[in-house]
Amino acid sequence: MERKIYLDNASTTYVSNEVLNEMLPCFNTIYGNAGSLHSFGRDAMAIVDRARDRVKEAINASKANEIYFTSGGTEADNWAIIGVAHAYANKGKHIITSQIEHHAVLHACQQLEKEGYEVTYLPVDSTGLVSISELLHAIRKDTTLISIMAVNNEVGTIQNIKAIAKIAHDYGILFHTDAVQAIGTLKIDVQDMEIDLMSMSAHKIHGPKGVGALYVKNGVRIDPITFGGINQERGKRAGTENVPGIAGFGKAIEIATKNYIINNKKLKMIREYFLEKLSEKVQFFQVNGHPHQKSNGILNISFYGVDGESILMLLDLAGIAVSTSSACTSKSLLPSHVLKAMNVPDEIAKGSIRISFGLNISKSDVDYVVDELEKVITKLRAISPIQAGRI
Amino acid sequence: MYTKTILDRFQNPRNAGGMHGANAIGQVENSACGDIIKMYLKIDDNSIIENAKFKTCGCCVAISASDIACDLIKGKTIDDALKVSSQDISKILGDIPQYKMHCVILAEESIRSAVEDFYKQKEKATKAAIRKTKRQIQEQQE
Repeated sequence: MERKIYLDNASTTYVSNEVLNEMLPCFNTIYGNAGSLHSFGRDAMAIVDRARDRVKEAINASKANEIYFTSGGTEADNWAIIGVAHAYANKGKHIITSQIEHHAVLHACQQLEKEGYEVTYLPVDSTGLVSISELLHAIRKDTTLISIMAVNNEVGTIQNIKAIAKIAHDYGILFHTDAVQAIGTLKIDVQDMEIDLMSMSAHKIHGPKGVGALYVKNGVRIDPITFGGINQERGKRAGTENVPGIAGFGKAIEIATKNYIINNKKLKMIREYFLEKLSEKVQFFQVNGHPHQKSNGILNISFYGVDGESILMLLDLAGIAVSTSSACTSKSLLPSHVLKAMNVPDEIAKGSIRISFGLNISKSDVDYVVDELEKVITKLRAISPIQAGRI
Repeated sequence: MYTKTILDRFQNPRNAGGMHGANAIGQVENSACGDIIKMYLKIDDNSIIENAKFKTCGCCVAISASDIACDLIKGKTIDDALKVSSQDISKILGDIPQYKMHCVILAEESIRSAVEDFYKQKEKATKAAIRKTKRQIQEQQE
Protein backbone atom coordinates (compact mmCIF):
# COMPACT_ATOMS: atom_id res chain seq x y z
CA MET A 1 0.00 0.00 0.00
CA GLU A 2 1.19 3.48 -0.83
CA ARG A 3 2.34 5.39 2.20
CA LYS A 4 0.18 8.40 3.04
CA ILE A 5 1.30 11.13 5.40
CA TYR A 6 -0.89 14.10 6.26
CA LEU A 7 1.02 17.26 7.12
CA ASP A 8 -1.71 19.79 6.57
CA ASN A 9 -3.31 19.94 10.00
CA ALA A 10 -3.53 23.73 9.90
CA SER A 11 -5.97 23.31 7.01
CA THR A 12 -8.11 20.77 8.75
CA THR A 13 -7.85 17.69 10.95
CA TYR A 14 -9.56 14.32 11.16
CA VAL A 15 -12.47 13.95 13.55
CA SER A 16 -11.29 12.04 16.60
CA ASN A 17 -13.20 8.99 17.82
CA GLU A 18 -14.28 10.64 21.06
CA VAL A 19 -15.70 13.54 19.09
CA LEU A 20 -17.39 11.28 16.57
CA ASN A 21 -19.01 9.25 19.34
CA GLU A 22 -20.30 12.44 20.87
CA MET A 23 -21.85 13.43 17.56
CA LEU A 24 -23.38 10.18 16.32
CA PRO A 25 -26.50 10.06 18.54
CA CYS A 26 -27.38 13.56 17.40
CA PHE A 27 -27.99 12.40 13.85
CA ASN A 28 -30.73 9.88 14.44
CA THR A 29 -31.54 9.55 18.14
CA ILE A 30 -31.56 13.08 19.49
CA TYR A 31 -32.63 14.64 16.24
CA GLY A 32 -35.08 17.30 17.45
CA ASN A 33 -34.83 20.96 16.56
CA ALA A 34 -33.19 22.63 19.52
CA GLY A 35 -35.70 25.45 19.14
CA SER A 36 -38.76 23.19 19.64
CA LEU A 37 -40.66 23.21 22.90
CA HIS A 38 -41.37 19.47 22.99
CA SER A 39 -39.16 16.81 24.53
CA PHE A 40 -37.35 16.14 21.25
CA GLY A 41 -36.38 19.78 21.06
CA ARG A 42 -35.49 20.02 24.73
CA ASP A 43 -33.22 16.98 24.45
CA ALA A 44 -31.42 18.60 21.54
CA MET A 45 -31.14 21.87 23.45
CA ALA A 46 -29.63 20.01 26.38
CA ILE A 47 -26.86 18.80 24.05
CA VAL A 48 -26.29 22.34 22.81
CA ASP A 49 -26.22 23.66 26.36
CA ARG A 50 -23.68 21.07 27.43
CA ALA A 51 -21.45 21.96 24.50
CA ARG A 52 -21.80 25.64 25.32
CA ASP A 53 -20.66 24.89 28.86
CA ARG A 54 -17.67 22.99 27.56
CA VAL A 55 -16.62 25.89 25.34
CA LYS A 56 -17.13 28.28 28.23
CA GLU A 57 -14.89 26.14 30.46
CA ALA A 58 -12.24 25.73 27.75
CA ILE A 59 -11.75 29.48 27.29
CA ASN A 60 -12.72 30.49 30.84
CA ALA A 61 -15.61 32.72 29.84
CA SER A 62 -17.57 34.02 32.80
CA LYS A 63 -20.92 32.82 31.47
CA ALA A 64 -21.99 30.18 28.96
CA ASN A 65 -24.35 32.62 27.26
CA GLU A 66 -21.31 34.51 25.98
CA ILE A 67 -20.72 31.68 23.51
CA TYR A 68 -22.58 31.89 20.18
CA PHE A 69 -22.33 28.93 17.85
CA THR A 70 -21.71 29.72 14.19
CA SER A 71 -21.08 27.86 10.96
CA GLY A 72 -17.33 28.12 11.57
CA GLY A 73 -14.39 30.46 11.97
CA THR A 74 -15.17 32.50 8.87
CA GLU A 75 -18.69 33.37 9.99
CA ALA A 76 -17.42 34.17 13.48
CA ASP A 77 -14.78 36.53 12.04
CA ASN A 78 -17.22 38.16 9.60
CA TRP A 79 -19.78 38.61 12.33
CA ALA A 80 -17.37 39.99 14.93
CA ILE A 81 -15.99 42.63 12.55
CA ILE A 82 -19.18 43.68 10.81
CA GLY A 83 -21.49 43.19 13.79
CA VAL A 84 -19.40 45.33 16.14
CA ALA A 85 -18.66 47.96 13.49
CA HIS A 86 -22.38 48.38 12.84
CA ALA A 87 -23.36 48.37 16.50
CA TYR A 88 -20.85 51.10 17.33
CA ALA A 89 -21.21 53.16 14.14
CA ASN A 90 -22.44 56.11 16.19
CA LYS A 91 -19.21 56.18 18.16
CA GLY A 92 -16.96 55.96 15.13
CA LYS A 93 -16.19 54.22 11.89
CA HIS A 94 -12.54 53.28 12.25
CA ILE A 95 -11.19 49.75 12.73
CA ILE A 96 -7.66 48.51 13.25
CA THR A 97 -6.46 45.10 12.13
CA SER A 98 -3.23 43.66 10.73
CA GLN A 99 -1.95 42.84 7.27
CA ILE A 100 -1.51 39.16 8.13
CA GLU A 101 -5.07 38.34 9.20
CA HIS A 102 -7.05 35.53 7.63
CA HIS A 103 -9.14 36.61 4.65
CA ALA A 104 -12.25 36.07 6.75
CA VAL A 105 -11.18 39.18 8.68
CA LEU A 106 -9.54 41.09 5.81
CA HIS A 107 -12.46 40.71 3.43
CA ALA A 108 -14.97 41.65 6.15
CA CYS A 109 -12.92 44.82 6.66
CA GLN A 110 -12.91 45.49 2.94
CA GLN A 111 -16.69 45.12 2.96
CA LEU A 112 -16.87 47.77 5.69
CA GLU A 113 -14.63 50.07 3.65
CA LYS A 114 -17.23 49.87 0.89
CA GLU A 115 -19.78 51.02 3.46
CA GLY A 116 -17.69 54.08 4.28
CA TYR A 117 -15.67 52.77 7.23
CA GLU A 118 -11.94 53.35 7.50
CA VAL A 119 -9.60 50.46 8.26
CA THR A 120 -5.94 50.55 9.29
CA TYR A 121 -4.03 47.41 8.36
CA LEU A 122 -1.06 47.28 10.72
CA PRO A 123 2.27 46.09 9.31
CA VAL A 124 4.27 43.31 10.96
CA ASP A 125 8.00 42.83 11.43
CA SER A 126 10.03 40.14 9.66
CA THR A 127 8.96 37.55 12.24
CA GLY A 128 5.28 38.32 11.74
CA LEU A 129 4.72 40.25 14.95
CA VAL A 130 2.42 43.27 15.07
CA SER A 131 4.32 46.23 16.44
CA ILE A 132 2.77 47.74 19.57
CA SER A 133 4.11 51.19 18.72
CA GLU A 134 2.49 51.06 15.29
CA LEU A 135 -0.73 50.10 17.01
CA LEU A 136 -0.51 53.06 19.36
CA HIS A 137 0.04 55.35 16.38
CA ALA A 138 -2.99 53.96 14.58
CA ILE A 139 -5.47 54.48 17.41
CA ARG A 140 -7.90 57.34 16.80
CA LYS A 141 -10.83 58.89 18.62
CA ASP A 142 -13.28 57.14 16.31
CA THR A 143 -11.64 53.68 16.54
CA THR A 144 -14.22 51.18 17.74
CA LEU A 145 -12.52 47.83 17.24
CA ILE A 146 -9.05 46.29 17.14
CA SER A 147 -8.88 42.81 15.62
CA ILE A 148 -5.59 40.91 15.77
CA MET A 149 -5.27 37.17 15.29
CA ALA A 150 -3.79 35.11 18.12
CA VAL A 151 -1.80 32.63 16.01
CA ASN A 152 -1.09 33.16 12.33
CA ASN A 153 -2.26 30.29 10.14
CA GLU A 154 0.55 30.50 7.58
CA VAL A 155 3.67 31.01 9.68
CA GLY A 156 2.48 30.22 13.22
CA THR A 157 3.64 33.46 14.85
CA ILE A 158 1.91 34.12 18.18
CA GLN A 159 0.87 37.74 18.79
CA ASN A 160 1.06 39.55 22.12
CA ILE A 161 -2.70 39.36 22.50
CA LYS A 162 -2.86 40.28 26.15
CA ALA A 163 -0.79 43.43 25.67
CA ILE A 164 -2.80 44.48 22.63
CA ALA A 165 -6.10 43.92 24.45
CA LYS A 166 -4.82 46.00 27.36
CA ILE A 167 -3.97 48.88 25.05
CA ALA A 168 -7.36 48.64 23.34
CA HIS A 169 -9.12 48.92 26.70
CA ASP A 170 -6.91 51.81 27.84
CA TYR A 171 -8.42 53.72 24.92
CA GLY A 172 -11.96 52.39 25.36
CA ILE A 173 -11.74 50.25 22.22
CA LEU A 174 -13.10 46.72 21.87
CA PHE A 175 -10.72 43.87 21.12
CA HIS A 176 -11.45 40.88 18.89
CA THR A 177 -9.09 38.01 18.19
CA ASP A 178 -9.28 35.30 15.56
CA ALA A 179 -8.23 32.31 17.68
CA VAL A 180 -8.99 29.65 15.09
CA GLN A 181 -5.38 28.42 15.05
CA ALA A 182 -4.79 29.24 18.70
CA ILE A 183 -7.21 26.86 20.39
CA GLY A 184 -5.20 23.88 21.52
CA THR A 185 -1.94 25.73 20.87
CA LEU A 186 -2.18 28.40 23.55
CA LYS A 187 -3.81 28.55 26.92
CA ILE A 188 -6.69 30.88 26.20
CA ASP A 189 -8.33 32.63 29.12
CA VAL A 190 -10.63 35.31 27.78
CA GLN A 191 -11.01 36.99 31.17
CA ASP A 192 -7.32 37.10 31.97
CA MET A 193 -6.42 38.14 28.42
CA GLU A 194 -9.18 40.78 28.42
CA ILE A 195 -10.64 39.52 25.15
CA ASP A 196 -14.01 41.02 24.16
CA LEU A 197 -14.71 38.85 21.14
CA MET A 198 -13.02 35.67 19.96
CA SER A 199 -13.53 33.46 16.89
CA MET A 200 -13.14 29.70 17.13
CA SER A 201 -13.47 26.76 14.77
CA ALA A 202 -14.01 23.06 15.44
CA HIS A 203 -12.31 21.36 12.52
CA LYS A 204 -8.80 22.56 13.34
CA ILE A 205 -8.91 20.66 16.64
CA HIS A 206 -10.24 17.25 15.54
CA GLY A 207 -13.82 18.44 15.51
CA PRO A 208 -16.23 18.47 12.58
CA LYS A 209 -16.24 20.98 9.72
CA GLY A 210 -18.98 23.57 9.48
CA VAL A 211 -19.15 24.61 13.11
CA GLY A 212 -17.42 27.20 15.23
CA ALA A 213 -18.26 29.85 17.74
CA LEU A 214 -17.91 33.51 18.56
CA TYR A 215 -17.29 34.50 22.15
CA VAL A 216 -18.91 37.85 22.88
CA LYS A 217 -18.33 39.23 26.34
CA ASN A 218 -21.52 40.26 28.05
CA GLY A 219 -22.06 43.97 27.69
CA VAL A 220 -20.46 44.13 24.23
CA ARG A 221 -23.01 45.15 21.62
CA ILE A 222 -23.06 43.29 18.33
CA ASP A 223 -25.54 43.54 15.45
CA PRO A 224 -26.63 40.30 13.83
CA ILE A 225 -25.57 39.51 10.27
CA THR A 226 -27.99 36.59 9.91
CA PHE A 227 -31.72 37.11 10.15
CA GLY A 228 -34.77 35.01 10.82
CA GLY A 229 -34.08 33.24 14.10
CA ILE A 230 -35.92 34.99 16.88
CA ASN A 231 -34.88 32.72 19.72
CA GLN A 232 -31.80 31.11 18.26
CA GLU A 233 -28.53 32.02 20.01
CA ARG A 234 -30.20 34.76 22.05
CA GLY A 235 -31.66 36.23 18.90
CA LYS A 236 -28.20 37.12 17.63
CA ARG A 237 -27.44 34.33 15.20
CA ALA A 238 -30.21 32.93 13.05
CA GLY A 239 -30.33 29.38 11.75
CA THR A 240 -31.30 26.02 13.20
CA GLU A 241 -28.60 24.89 15.61
CA ASN A 242 -26.23 22.37 14.06
CA VAL A 243 -26.67 20.01 16.99
CA PRO A 244 -24.27 17.22 15.91
CA GLY A 245 -21.64 19.76 14.95
CA ILE A 246 -22.05 21.72 18.16
CA ALA A 247 -21.86 18.53 20.23
CA GLY A 248 -18.66 17.59 18.41
CA PHE A 249 -17.17 21.05 18.85
CA GLY A 250 -17.86 20.99 22.58
CA LYS A 251 -16.06 17.69 22.95
CA ALA A 252 -13.20 18.67 20.66
CA ILE A 253 -12.42 21.92 22.48
CA GLU A 254 -12.63 20.16 25.83
CA ILE A 255 -10.04 17.59 24.73
CA ALA A 256 -7.83 20.13 22.97
CA THR A 257 -7.56 22.42 25.98
CA LYS A 258 -7.15 19.58 28.45
CA ASN A 259 -4.21 18.13 26.54
CA TYR A 260 -2.61 21.25 25.20
CA ILE A 261 0.59 21.09 27.26
CA ILE A 262 1.43 17.49 26.38
CA ASN A 263 0.33 18.00 22.77
CA ASN A 264 2.59 21.01 22.46
CA LYS A 265 5.52 19.04 23.81
CA LYS A 266 4.90 16.28 21.28
CA LEU A 267 4.58 18.75 18.41
CA LYS A 268 7.75 20.52 19.49
CA MET A 269 9.65 17.24 19.45
CA ILE A 270 8.35 16.37 15.99
CA ARG A 271 9.18 19.83 14.68
CA GLU A 272 12.69 19.84 16.08
CA TYR A 273 13.42 16.36 14.80
CA PHE A 274 12.13 17.36 11.38
CA LEU A 275 14.32 20.47 11.19
CA GLU A 276 17.35 18.56 12.42
CA LYS A 277 16.92 15.90 9.73
CA LEU A 278 16.15 18.45 7.06
CA SER A 279 19.28 20.47 7.85
CA GLU A 280 21.34 17.30 7.44
CA LYS A 281 19.98 16.66 3.96
CA VAL A 282 18.92 19.89 2.31
CA GLN A 283 20.76 23.19 1.86
CA PHE A 284 19.55 26.69 1.11
CA PHE A 285 16.25 27.08 2.89
CA GLN A 286 14.82 29.35 5.55
CA VAL A 287 12.13 28.98 8.18
CA ASN A 288 9.64 31.84 8.11
CA GLY A 289 8.01 33.13 11.27
CA HIS A 290 9.04 33.91 14.80
CA PRO A 291 11.98 31.91 16.24
CA HIS A 292 10.34 31.32 19.65
CA GLN A 293 6.93 32.92 19.82
CA LYS A 294 5.35 30.39 17.49
CA SER A 295 2.96 27.49 17.16
CA ASN A 296 4.88 24.22 17.21
CA GLY A 297 2.44 22.67 14.78
CA ILE A 298 3.06 25.11 11.93
CA LEU A 299 6.32 25.18 9.99
CA ASN A 300 6.65 27.53 7.05
CA ILE A 301 9.79 26.87 4.99
CA SER A 302 11.11 28.57 1.86
CA PHE A 303 13.34 26.49 -0.37
CA TYR A 304 15.46 28.75 -2.56
CA GLY A 305 15.30 28.53 -6.33
CA VAL A 306 12.16 26.41 -6.61
CA ASP A 307 8.41 26.90 -6.69
CA GLY A 308 6.16 25.91 -3.79
CA GLU A 309 3.43 24.42 -5.91
CA SER A 310 5.90 22.15 -7.67
CA ILE A 311 7.14 20.93 -4.28
CA LEU A 312 3.58 20.32 -3.16
CA MET A 313 2.72 18.36 -6.31
CA LEU A 314 5.81 16.13 -6.21
CA LEU A 315 5.31 15.44 -2.49
CA ASP A 316 1.68 14.64 -3.20
CA LEU A 317 2.79 12.05 -5.74
CA ALA A 318 4.83 10.49 -2.91
CA GLY A 319 1.75 10.41 -0.68
CA ILE A 320 2.68 13.45 1.42
CA ALA A 321 0.20 16.27 1.91
CA VAL A 322 1.50 19.78 2.63
CA SER A 323 0.16 23.15 1.64
CA THR A 324 1.39 26.27 -0.04
CA SER A 325 0.29 29.81 -0.39
CA SER A 326 2.82 30.50 -3.09
CA ALA A 327 1.96 32.74 -5.98
CA CYS A 328 1.03 30.31 -8.67
CA THR A 329 -1.30 28.18 -6.56
CA SER A 330 -3.90 30.77 -5.92
CA LYS A 331 -6.00 32.28 -8.64
CA SER A 332 -4.86 35.74 -7.62
CA LEU A 333 -1.25 34.99 -8.68
CA LEU A 334 -0.10 37.19 -5.85
CA PRO A 335 2.40 35.83 -3.35
CA SER A 336 1.16 35.09 0.16
CA HIS A 337 -0.04 38.31 1.80
CA VAL A 338 1.47 37.11 5.08
CA LEU A 339 5.00 36.53 3.73
CA LYS A 340 4.75 39.79 1.80
CA ALA A 341 3.81 41.67 4.97
CA MET A 342 6.83 40.05 6.64
CA ASN A 343 8.99 41.45 3.84
CA VAL A 344 10.05 38.04 2.57
CA PRO A 345 11.31 38.75 -0.98
CA ASP A 346 9.01 37.40 -3.70
CA GLU A 347 11.61 34.98 -5.07
CA ILE A 348 11.99 33.44 -1.61
CA ALA A 349 8.27 33.46 -0.82
CA LYS A 350 7.79 31.62 -4.12
CA GLY A 351 9.51 28.50 -2.80
CA SER A 352 7.57 28.30 0.44
CA ILE A 353 5.47 25.48 1.75
CA ARG A 354 3.58 25.09 5.00
CA ILE A 355 4.01 21.87 6.90
CA SER A 356 1.56 21.49 9.77
CA PHE A 357 2.18 18.53 12.01
CA GLY A 358 -0.37 16.30 13.67
CA LEU A 359 0.06 14.22 16.78
CA ASN A 360 -0.08 10.97 14.82
CA ILE A 361 3.27 11.58 13.07
CA SER A 362 6.06 9.18 14.00
CA LYS A 363 9.82 9.56 13.68
CA SER A 364 9.83 7.17 10.77
CA ASP A 365 7.17 9.31 9.07
CA VAL A 366 9.45 12.32 9.47
CA ASP A 367 12.39 10.32 8.06
CA TYR A 368 10.31 9.36 5.04
CA VAL A 369 9.11 12.93 4.48
CA VAL A 370 12.62 14.39 4.72
CA ASP A 371 13.97 11.76 2.30
CA GLU A 372 11.23 12.54 -0.20
CA LEU A 373 11.67 16.27 0.32
CA GLU A 374 15.37 15.95 -0.43
CA LYS A 375 14.60 14.11 -3.69
CA VAL A 376 11.97 16.66 -4.68
CA ILE A 377 14.14 19.69 -4.00
CA THR A 378 17.14 18.15 -5.79
CA LYS A 379 14.99 17.33 -8.80
CA LEU A 380 13.44 20.78 -9.01
CA ARG A 381 16.72 22.59 -8.48
CA ALA A 382 18.30 20.59 -11.29
CA ILE A 383 15.83 22.11 -13.74
CA SER A 384 15.66 25.57 -12.22
CA PRO A 385 17.40 28.52 -13.90
CA ILE A 386 17.98 30.03 -10.46
CA GLN A 387 20.98 28.88 -8.47
CA ALA A 388 19.76 28.29 -4.93
CA GLY A 389 23.12 29.19 -3.42
CA ARG A 390 23.02 32.63 -4.97
CA ILE A 391 19.79 33.80 -3.34
CA MET B 1 -6.99 19.14 -11.05
CA TYR B 2 -4.34 18.64 -13.73
CA THR B 3 -4.48 16.41 -16.82
CA LYS B 4 -2.40 13.24 -17.16
CA THR B 5 -0.20 14.90 -19.78
CA ILE B 6 0.57 17.82 -17.50
CA LEU B 7 1.44 15.53 -14.61
CA ASP B 8 3.53 13.24 -16.82
CA ARG B 9 5.51 16.11 -18.35
CA PHE B 10 5.91 17.72 -14.92
CA GLN B 11 7.24 14.54 -13.35
CA ASN B 12 9.33 13.37 -16.30
CA PRO B 13 10.15 16.31 -18.50
CA ARG B 14 11.89 15.12 -21.69
CA ASN B 15 13.72 18.38 -22.42
CA ALA B 16 14.72 19.68 -19.01
CA GLY B 17 18.23 20.84 -18.26
CA GLY B 18 20.81 23.20 -19.69
CA MET B 19 22.64 22.73 -22.98
CA HIS B 20 26.31 22.87 -23.93
CA GLY B 21 26.86 24.58 -27.26
CA ALA B 22 23.55 26.40 -27.30
CA ASN B 23 23.73 29.37 -29.66
CA ALA B 24 20.55 31.03 -28.47
CA ILE B 25 19.43 31.45 -24.88
CA GLY B 26 16.32 33.31 -23.83
CA GLN B 27 14.92 33.98 -20.38
CA VAL B 28 11.48 35.29 -19.50
CA GLU B 29 9.79 35.99 -16.21
CA ASN B 30 6.19 36.54 -15.29
CA SER B 31 6.22 39.60 -13.08
CA ALA B 32 2.97 38.61 -11.37
CA CYS B 33 3.69 35.06 -10.23
CA GLY B 34 7.46 35.10 -10.55
CA ASP B 35 7.78 32.02 -12.77
CA ILE B 36 10.98 32.00 -14.82
CA ILE B 37 11.66 30.02 -18.00
CA LYS B 38 15.10 29.82 -19.59
CA MET B 39 15.14 28.39 -23.10
CA TYR B 40 18.30 26.98 -24.73
CA LEU B 41 18.42 26.47 -28.52
CA LYS B 42 20.95 25.00 -30.92
CA ILE B 43 20.22 26.47 -34.33
CA ASP B 44 22.07 25.22 -37.39
CA ASP B 45 23.30 27.16 -40.44
CA ASN B 46 19.99 26.62 -42.25
CA SER B 47 18.13 28.29 -39.37
CA ILE B 48 16.70 24.97 -38.26
CA ILE B 49 16.37 24.30 -34.54
CA GLU B 50 18.44 21.18 -33.97
CA ASN B 51 17.79 20.94 -30.26
CA ALA B 52 15.81 22.75 -27.57
CA LYS B 53 16.08 22.49 -23.80
CA PHE B 54 14.71 24.44 -20.87
CA LYS B 55 15.19 25.30 -17.23
CA THR B 56 12.12 26.48 -15.36
CA CYS B 57 11.41 27.69 -11.88
CA GLY B 58 7.67 27.55 -11.66
CA CYS B 59 4.56 25.53 -11.12
CA CYS B 60 3.45 22.27 -12.70
CA VAL B 61 1.95 23.99 -15.73
CA ALA B 62 4.98 26.20 -16.33
CA ILE B 63 7.28 23.16 -16.33
CA SER B 64 5.08 20.98 -18.53
CA ALA B 65 4.39 23.85 -20.95
CA SER B 66 8.14 24.52 -21.29
CA ASP B 67 8.69 20.84 -22.05
CA ILE B 68 6.01 20.77 -24.74
CA ALA B 69 7.28 24.01 -26.23
CA CYS B 70 10.69 22.37 -26.75
CA ASP B 71 9.06 19.39 -28.46
CA LEU B 72 7.07 21.64 -30.76
CA ILE B 73 9.99 23.70 -32.02
CA LYS B 74 12.59 20.97 -32.46
CA GLY B 75 13.30 20.35 -36.16
CA LYS B 76 11.46 23.50 -37.20
CA THR B 77 12.92 26.56 -38.87
CA ILE B 78 13.11 29.70 -36.76
CA ASP B 79 10.19 31.22 -38.66
CA ASP B 80 8.00 28.19 -38.05
CA ALA B 81 9.04 28.03 -34.41
CA LEU B 82 7.89 31.59 -33.94
CA LYS B 83 4.46 30.52 -35.11
CA VAL B 84 4.10 28.11 -32.18
CA SER B 85 1.51 29.66 -29.96
CA SER B 86 0.28 29.16 -26.41
CA GLN B 87 -2.84 27.59 -27.93
CA ASP B 88 -0.71 24.95 -29.63
CA ILE B 89 0.92 24.13 -26.30
CA SER B 90 -2.30 24.11 -24.30
CA LYS B 91 -3.96 21.87 -26.91
CA ILE B 92 -1.38 19.19 -26.11
CA LEU B 93 -1.45 19.71 -22.36
CA GLY B 94 -5.22 19.44 -22.29
CA ASP B 95 -7.60 21.16 -19.93
CA ILE B 96 -5.81 24.08 -18.26
CA PRO B 97 -7.53 26.30 -15.71
CA GLN B 98 -7.94 29.82 -17.10
CA TYR B 99 -5.89 31.34 -14.29
CA LYS B 100 -2.94 29.11 -15.26
CA MET B 101 -2.88 30.16 -18.92
CA HIS B 102 -0.27 32.81 -18.16
CA CYS B 103 2.22 30.00 -17.54
CA VAL B 104 1.59 28.61 -21.02
CA ILE B 105 1.91 32.07 -22.53
CA LEU B 106 5.23 32.38 -20.71
CA ALA B 107 6.44 29.23 -22.51
CA GLU B 108 5.48 30.77 -25.85
CA GLU B 109 7.34 33.94 -24.91
CA SER B 110 10.43 31.94 -23.98
CA ILE B 111 10.70 30.71 -27.58
CA ARG B 112 10.52 34.28 -28.85
CA SER B 113 13.09 35.39 -26.31
CA ALA B 114 15.54 32.68 -27.39
CA VAL B 115 15.08 33.50 -31.07
CA GLU B 116 15.61 37.16 -30.30
CA ASP B 117 18.85 36.23 -28.59
CA PHE B 118 19.86 34.23 -31.68
CA TYR B 119 19.43 37.31 -33.89
CA LYS B 120 21.22 39.47 -31.36
CA GLN B 121 24.17 37.08 -31.36
CA LYS B 122 24.09 37.02 -35.13
CA GLU B 123 23.99 40.80 -35.33
CA LYS B 124 26.91 41.00 -32.94
CA ALA B 125 28.85 38.52 -35.06
CA THR B 126 28.00 40.41 -38.24
CA LYS B 127 29.03 43.72 -36.72
CA ALA B 128 32.27 42.19 -35.53
CA ALA B 129 32.88 40.80 -39.00
CA ILE B 130 32.22 44.20 -40.56
CA ARG B 131 34.60 45.85 -38.10
CA LYS B 132 37.21 43.26 -38.87
CA THR B 133 36.84 43.78 -42.64
CA LYS B 134 37.00 47.55 -42.20
CA ARG B 135 40.15 47.18 -40.16
CA GLN B 136 41.68 44.96 -42.79
CA ILE B 137 40.84 47.47 -45.54
CA GLN B 138 42.32 50.28 -43.45
CA GLU B 139 45.48 48.30 -42.90
CA GLN B 140 45.77 47.59 -46.63
CA GLN B 141 45.28 51.28 -47.48
CA GLU B 142 47.99 52.25 -45.02
